Amino acid sequence: MSSESSANVLGHFGPYGGRFVPEALISALDELEAAHLSAQKDPLFQAELAHLHKTYTGRPSIITEVPRFAEHAGGVRILLKREDLNHTGSHKINNVLGQALLTKRMGKKRIIAETGAGQHGVASATAAALMGLDCVVYMGEEDTRRQALNVARMKLLGAEVIPVTQGSRTLKDAINEAMRDWVTNVDTTHYLLGTVAGPHPFPTMVRDFHRIIGVEARAQVLELTGKLPDVILACVGGGSNAIGIFHPFIDDAGVRLIGLEAGGSGVLTGLHAATITGGSPGVLHGTRSYVLQDANGQTVESHSISAGLDYPGVGPEHAYLHDIGRAEYRAITDDEAMEAFSLLCKTEGIIPAIETAHALAGAMKVGKELAAEGKGDAVLLINLSGRGDKDVQTAADYFGIQL
Amino acid sequence: MNSTPLAQLFAKLKLENRAALIGYVPAGFPSKAGCIEVIKAMVDGGVDAIEIGFPYSDPVMDGPIIQAAADQSLKAGTSASDVFETLAATTALGVPAVVMTYWNPIEKYGVAKFAQSLKAAGGSGVVTPDLTIEESAAWANAANSAAINRIYVVAPSTSPDRLPKVTAQCSGFVYAASLMGVTGTRTAVASGAKSLVQRIRETTSTPVAVGLGVSTQEQAHEVASYADGVIVGSAFIRLIQEAPSAEVGLQKVRELAAALALGVHR
Repeated sequence: MSSESSANVLGHFGPYGGRFVPEALISALDELEAAHLSAQKDPLFQAELAHLHKTYTGRPSIITEVPRFAEHAGGVRILLKREDLNHTGSHKINNVLGQALLTKRMGKKRIIAETGAGQHGVASATAAALMGLDCVVYMGEEDTRRQALNVARMKLLGAEVIPVTQGSRTLKDAINEAMRDWVTNVDTTHYLLGTVAGPHPFPTMVRDFHRIIGVEARAQVLELTGKLPDVILACVGGGSNAIGIFHPFIDDAGVRLIGLEAGGSGVLTGLHAATITGGSPGVLHGTRSYVLQDANGQTVESHSISAGLDYPGVGPEHAYLHDIGRAEYRAITDDEAMEAFSLLCKTEGIIPAIETAHALAGAMKVGKELAAEGKGDAVLLINLSGRGDKDVQTAADYFGIQL
Repeated sequence: MNSTPLAQLFAKLKLENRAALIGYVPAGFPSKAGCIEVIKAMVDGGVDAIEIGFPYSDPVMDGPIIQAAADQSLKAGTSASDVFETLAATTALGVPAVVMTYWNPIEKYGVAKFAQSLKAAGGSGVVTPDLTIEESAAWANAANSAAINRIYVVAPSTSPDRLPKVTAQCSGFVYAASLMGVTGTRTAVASGAKSLVQRIRETTSTPVAVGLGVSTQEQAHEVASYADGVIVGSAFIRLIQEAPSAEVGLQKVRELAAALALGVHR
């Protein structure tokens, strides 16, 4: 197959992607697409971004092998790509720095962003502070309560945080409100969308800024093991960290790509955020992909212990990779994720984000499956997309730890 | 699609030298039966055509007033069949009517089936605020087969290159968004509205209606001086939301419709 899973000129991945937005936004999306394409070919832009990644983000992120954790995954070999060690604590900074540079390139002075758990909001506030941009972050009122620490971080960084009281008061509604702001202020404002969803060019552009994860990992794993990994695993909410590590391996047919969705209380209970596993094709937030929706096409609320995966949509490229069979998508329940979370803490001294714990739980299952098939020497690469500092309260509540 | 009741209305009003007054309300607001009462009150007051909203969970083009109305309707369980029944009750009054809907409810219902059901309910067409012309192939086929109007929104930011491509896809009328923003009442009609309408007219002979932010007789009169239609939604809905009783709300809707209807005479 061709790596062109890549989008066509209208931003389509097979039947997915595209643009389903108010006409008012088309000129801004065209401007953004042009800026992205020219920046990709501009060695000065690339050098500036690479310099920032080296001196600010802390790239390349390292690979850590975790043999004690791997004992609980059928004894396979497990490598972690440590995006949790990036500045601001997750992969989100890769995209944010790229888009903030594009904002300056377009001559805009204000960025707006949505955030669920607060990681993308914090990363956006960070980039805005670094580059002298005004920053407004929309966050569901429910999430501002669940993630009060990140709200404080954003404010310390100089951003304005606007609690969204519409609808379900979570990430979905924060995106709606950010899009309304953008429709109104598009001349001066860039919408710094935090995942590989939304209208074209966002799914392609955000992926391109995260590909560095997979590009680095490919070279690192080759150097360490002398071959490509057998399986790559990543958690999928919108899907930005997953596409970032998957994409440079799409042409390598021997490498299994597995996305782990948030199964919440279990997909059969209806209380989940496993959009590909439990949803159906539809349109949400400007793109066609899989959506959690009812019989009338109304978006259904998602449920997950992980605020960062608690989203009823998913990036269109993942929908396409699923349909053509290039990537597999599985659901991990809250309980399975928390078991893996605890295990990585206690076997390796690494506290992962609860989002990331879904990928760890997936690796435990897949490792055991491979061992049972006599492939106990397999190498599994996991994108350790974020650290768990922000999740201490949630984890303490879950495990009954008194704070 | 010059044969729809909506297209015929614009042709007739052109001879009367006045603009069409188009009233918007979401189906199921304030209730399914109450919505039809609101529509009757609008028509009693002098509204020429009705735009029925399909309430949607993620209405990014709508401001707080219509969002609240749509939420209320969705909480009561409004479905596609409720929308079509409301449409049928409206067209039974002899009033041209269209549905305004975000795209996903059409896709979920079935694109061809949606156009057919709309036609069966006597509807003239559909306003699609988040359907870009690039994504319109299936809808164009379905709407053409059903002989209904496709009404796209054009914005002040729509480029000169793009504008004729969008208006060429429109029938019934072209929906000109008066400003960069979401639905809601404004104290003044945006200054860009008039020049946008002029730009649209250079590309098409299809009638042009202006929406977003029109709420008073004076604003309606101003818009009617250069456009073929004036669309008012949030101003009606706010009257119902703020009324102490349903009767008072309907009376206020009737009064506003009458005032606006005077305004649209040139």
